[in-house]
Amino acid sequence: MADAISVTGLVKRYGEKVVLDGVDLRVASGRVCALLGPNGAGKTTAVRVLTTLIRPDGGRVEVAGVDVVRRPREVRRRIGLIGQQPAVDDVLSARENLVLFGRLHHLGGPGARRRAEELLEQVGLAGTGAQPVRQFSGGMRRRLDIAAGLVLAPQVLFLDEPTTGLDPAGRRDVWDAVRDLVARGTSVLLTTQYLEEAEQLADDVCVLDGGRVVASGSPRELAAAIGGDRLELVVGDPLRAAEAAAIAGRAAAGPPAREPDGGGERVVVPVQRRPGVVGAVVRALDEAGIAVDDVVLRPTTLDEAYLWITGHDRTAAEVPA
Amino acid sequence: MTAAVVREPVADRLRWAVADAFAVAGRDVAHWRRQPVAVLVNALFPVLLLLMFTYLLGGGMVVPGGGGYRDFLVPGMLALAMVFGVEATMTAVVTDTARGITDRFRSLPMAPSAVVAGRCLADMASSVLGLLVLVTAALAIGWRPAGLVPSLAAIGLLLLLRLAFLWIGIYLGLLARDPSAVMAVQILVWPFAFLSNAFVAASAMPGWLAVLAEWNPVAGTVTAVRDLFGAPVGSGGGWATEHAALLAVVWPVVLTAVFAALSVRRFQALSR
Repeated sequence: MADAISVTGLVKRYGEKVVLDGVDLRVASGRVCALLGPNGAGKTTAVRVLTTLIRPDGGRVEVAGVDVVRRPREVRRRIGLIGQQPAVDDVLSARENLVLFGRLHHLGGPGARRRAEELLEQVGLAGTGAQPVRQFSGGMRRRLDIAAGLVLAPQVLFLDEPTTGLDPAGRRDVWDAVRDLVARGTSVLLTTQYLEEAEQLADDVCVLDGGRVVASGSPRELAAAIGGDRLELVVGDPLRAAEAAAIAGRAAAGPPAREPDGGGERVVVPVQRRPGVVGAVVRALDEAGIAVDDVVLRPTTLDEAYLWITGHDRTAAEVPA
Repeated sequence: MTAAVVREPVADRLRWAVADAFAVAGRDVAHWRRQPVAVLVNALFPVLLLLMFTYLLGGGMVVPGGGGYRDFLVPGMLALAMVFGVEATMTAVVTDTARGITDRFRSLPMAPSAVVAGRCLADMASSVLGLLVLVTAALAIGWRPAGLVPSLAAIGLLLLLRLAFLWIGIYLGLLARDPSAVMAVQILVWPFAFLSNAFVAASAMPGWLAVLAEWNPVAGTVTAVRDLFGAPVGSGGGWATEHAALLAVVWPVVLTAVFAALSVRRFQALSR
């Protein structure tokens, strides 16, 4: 089966400004890929090229095995796009919106009405299908927006920051809807600002920065690639936190970071070699007479990995997928 | 592997283009059903102007060629109602673009032409409705057109003018990035309306203003429609007034051609 998405050397320029500077991206069929990156990294531009809204200036882009430049209409039959803002008609009801989009997908009147009912059921809006959309909450509006992207049961679904501006309940709604689709075999590319969202939903993560892919792999691989584990200590006496950080850093052979934690301070040290590190750090602190309230050895979070990748190292840190 | 590509016959594509345009236009019709008050307010605004000018200002107006001000004003008001339509069209286009609805349409496997063709259908339909309301109001205050056939011809010229301003509206809507830009057009439409022969005969204006008013793209339609409805158009106008019927066709056709071409280019530029 063809890859859901296959991008090689994608370039997009606006005048002098290079927005996408040779992006390579592969999403296997049935997988969920999260495109991460700071604002202006080119995430939305990449989605717009992939969904045929804008033409690339260079490179090869295939979605569901179809070239987006040569066969845009064929691509449109195979994809669903859910943009940054819910693109639904406020004045119409949820049902009227879905019937309209069904007709524009050439399902015919009765077919469009039937499909609208199925979709309302699928996203949990069957009871509110007759209400004008302007009375909907943010989460309901988003679910309708997603339903509008599913009219033809797309092979590949694109979600551009689907939960930006939603409350936690709305976010959970959207995540559930996406998981449900993935269970039905849809491939998904989503862009997000929230690392938690990527960890919750994605099989693969791709970090875009300055129009290039700077890292890719599974969330775990990405986190592991930049320094495995972290040792966290809580030091009860804030006056001795600096000293504690220096000692722990030496013992664990990594640059320590500090942040306040309740009355004391939390010290976080990247760990190079796991065996024996907890004992070594605790012993060293004990010898210095510094009381430790808590010690945790844990894997690096995607959050830390992301900050490290986009903040420190701008050369590609390719992780084998 | 490349997926199999189905080539549609031209006749099928054309059929779908028409069906898609009607589906897009149907969305506006659903809006009217859900917001009847907004529709009413829009339709009654020109009626309000007609009443104000007839009864509040009309007493002081002297019409060239004799006849009452009401008979002089009704054709002018009908033409201006077509011009005011530019705001509704522009608002609809810029709002859809700003809210991402245009992009959603563009990401669907529908005919791309249907986005603007649907707008055209819906706005022409609403203009027919608006004309109907305004004509009814005019009849209610005692205005009587000359005959059925010339009256239908007059309605045809008015709708042709609406088509021109529809395309101007589509172009401006694609050009503007923000719905607040409509405000500027709402303001500018007034000097444009007054600098025509809709409210006052051009012959009553100072020389250079009269020339501008006579050559205003609306003026040909106003004079021709006055003539067709049987109101006196007066004499002593310049070349433009003498050939009003010709200009009533040429102006809208040229404007439509120019702005339709500009709009298509602007629409394609969305893909850049």
